[in-house]
Amino acid sequence: MDLRLTPEEIAFREEVRTFIRENLPADIRDRMKLGHPPRKEDTVRWQRILNQKGWAAYSWPKEWGGPGWTAIQKMIFLEENLMAPAPEILSFNVTMLGPVLIQFGTEAQKKRFLPRAANLDDWWCQGFSEPGAGSDLASLKTSAKRDGDHYVINGQKIWTSTAQYADWCFVLVRTDPNARKRQEGISFLLVDFKTPGITVRPIISIDGSHHLNEVFYDDVRVPVENLVHVENKGWDVAKYLLGNERTGIARLGKSRERVNAAVEMARKVNSNGRPLIDDQTFRQRVAQLQVDIKALEMTQYRVVSAYDKAKGAGRPDPLSSVLKVKGTELLQATTELAVDVAGPMATPIWAEELAAMNEPDDMLEAGSASAASYLMLRAASIYGGTNEIQKNILTKAVLGL
Amino acid sequence: MDFEPSDDQRLLLESVSRLLADTYSFAQRKGYMAQPAGYSPEIWGKFAELGLLGLPFPEEYGGFGGGPQEVMLVMQAFGRAIVVEPFLSTVVLCGTAIQAAGSADQKNTLLPAIAEGSLKMAFAHGERQARYDLNDLITSARRDGSGWVLDGAKTVVAHGEAADKFIVSARTAGDRYDRDGMTLFVVDANAEGMARRGYVSRDDSRAADLSLSNVRVDEADVLGPIGGGYAIIERVVEAGIAATAAEAVGAMEAMNEMTLEYSKTRVQFGQPIGSYQVVQHRLADMFMTQEQGRSMAMLATMSLENPDAEERARNLAMAKVGVGQSARYVSQSAVQMHGGIGMTEEYAVGHYFRRCMVIERLWGDPAYWLQKLADEVE
Repeated sequence: MDLRLTPEEIAFREEVRTFIRENLPADIRDRMKLGHPPRKEDTVRWQRILNQKGWAAYSWPKEWGGPGWTAIQKMIFLEENLMAPAPEILSFNVTMLGPVLIQFGTEAQKKRFLPRAANLDDWWCQGFSEPGAGSDLASLKTSAKRDGDHYVINGQKIWTSTAQYADWCFVLVRTDPNARKRQEGISFLLVDFKTPGITVRPIISIDGSHHLNEVFYDDVRVPVENLVHVENKGWDVAKYLLGNERTGIARLGKSRERVNAAVEMARKVNSNGRPLIDDQTFRQRVAQLQVDIKALEMTQYRVVSAYDKAKGAGRPDPLSSVLKVKGTELLQATTELAVDVAGPMATPIWAEELAAMNEPDDMLEAGSASAASYLMLRAASIYGGTNEIQKNILTKAVLGL
Repeated sequence: MDFEPSDDQRLLLESVSRLLADTYSFAQRKGYMAQPAGYSPEIWGKFAELGLLGLPFPEEYGGFGGGPQEVMLVMQAFGRAIVVEPFLSTVVLCGTAIQAAGSADQKNTLLPAIAEGSLKMAFAHGERQARYDLNDLITSARRDGSGWVLDGAKTVVAHGEAADKFIVSARTAGDRYDRDGMTLFVVDANAEGMARRGYVSRDDSRAADLSLSNVRVDEADVLGPIGGGYAIIERVVEAGIAATAAEAVGAMEAMNEMTLEYSKTRVQFGQPIGSYQVVQHRLADMFMTQEQGRSMAMLATMSLENPDAEERARNLAMAKVGVGQSARYVSQSAVQMHGGIGMTEEYAVGHYFRRCMVIERLWGDPAYWLQKLADEVE
């Protein structure tokens, strides 16, 4: 047992921190410090800077343009990136599509898609959920019928994040409606979003943002060369994608950053005639969150060091469900803290007209952003397998019930 | 980072686990508690044979040459069995104080005696008015010729009933709350003027209150620098927090295993209760809580040797909060999931519950430590 970071890992953390500090564009950093999510162009710009450095495809092997890091290094990198705060690397491209193609893709698919995904030349989205297939994903109905050299897709996907930006989408479709088991008739297709027959309809979230979409497929023709792995074996691909090492799932850097931001703001606002930072209830809440963050950080180290020890050969650690549940609970608790500190300043919606009416007003802008972030992160315990589904996984995988 | 025990540590854990499996069933434990000492001297002897009583001591003092990690592994195993023998007080608490501050003579006489099982000790610092504040000390020691005379009272001294000797804190200078001016003394349990009132603690271990009235000790019985006792007390408490954190993890494991097993066998409405999702999710929550507690117990252990005193104290405070809250949740849930049987004295779950409840109250509960952390928010 050696429960410390090695000197090399500490040096690595310093290297990452320095690079981000010196290369993250100030305008992006300043907006994000106020609590805004990154804009599309922020994400693209930052991912390309990282890609120049060879870090964008942080989880890929060297052969395919990744840095070949250990799981601990990946975790350190992701946490530093979140703490900066910098835009997150587009997970559809890097943590979902990339590993899937590296594992299951043909040489041609790898060469065609991986470099462009790393550099965010293509923006990918994920077409999994359907109106009738949420937590019960295997019940999906969107169909793909073979027609010569093409599949023809018909159906509807929903909750497709950032589909409005997407150039491409990886989609789960039903290719064999008569399969013995529901999981056996599903295929994994890569769909060019410029193909005729695709309609993207926005879903506005409770924070007012346009992040989610419905996507309709109406006789969408996809060349068979865009099938990944084997026809009717798409469920294996999806399982690999969802169970693939989830180093960054707890997003602890984000929770830390939100607590720090809340403490900063608490210095500047008064409550009961004294600065909020002096309020014992507030201080205890911060302390409790710091304790919970620390505990999850240690759990995260346990998961990734076990992963490194198994040389990546192990099965997905059921503890990663702990990371998902506890990590999202923390994200929600920290954004809740920030919105509570903002108080009445959380209520105005920060928009063009408000910005035009006021002198630069960081407190108001940050207050408004804290509300948006609080609202948006209610989704954290829903996406990526709801926290209830994670508990079902734990019940089966760990408890054997 | 590497969270896996080494081969040697695995062997240690195996031999401790085997001993406990053979000798420390819930029924056997009941027999030990019923003995006059409140624990089993025979088991104590077996601990000595296995080298556990000298676990963290250097080999030159008859020790095993282990460190915080070995103590963690053993305490976790003890937690699973709810061991009532005075290991924590003798080996961890007093052992830490003697190793940290003892004279060559004290180390040479006390440590080997502990390791061979002939000396049981207890750490007598807490006083009624102090609650959890380590700096609140009234018991006094005044110089008298070549020695010292102690007066005062100590309360809830863990494992105090069986101790042959105590390490007693007393004020040699300063006022009630001063950190400076505290001094530690090794005091014989039978010294003239020592009155001990032993009793059963909530966890079935035996504690004691002490009253010291004109107790004379020699200069050679001063442990560590005169007036500099506070720093030693802090180290002792840190070691105790880490050790009991590991013990609580062992108790949580045992409770979770029992609860899981019960959920598979207890049938209601025609099905095992473990087939109901509401029960499954509670079990998943208990598992997650246990793992978060385990992470914190590891943090506590790894922090003990951190030379940065501030960071060490902060990590231990966080671990104390995290483990305390975890153990409370798992304990309460374990009783709830068992239903009526969990409420009974004849069933083990309640015994784990009560041990965790006592551990939580050693050196401060989560609320106490959380307030300390809250004071540092900046």
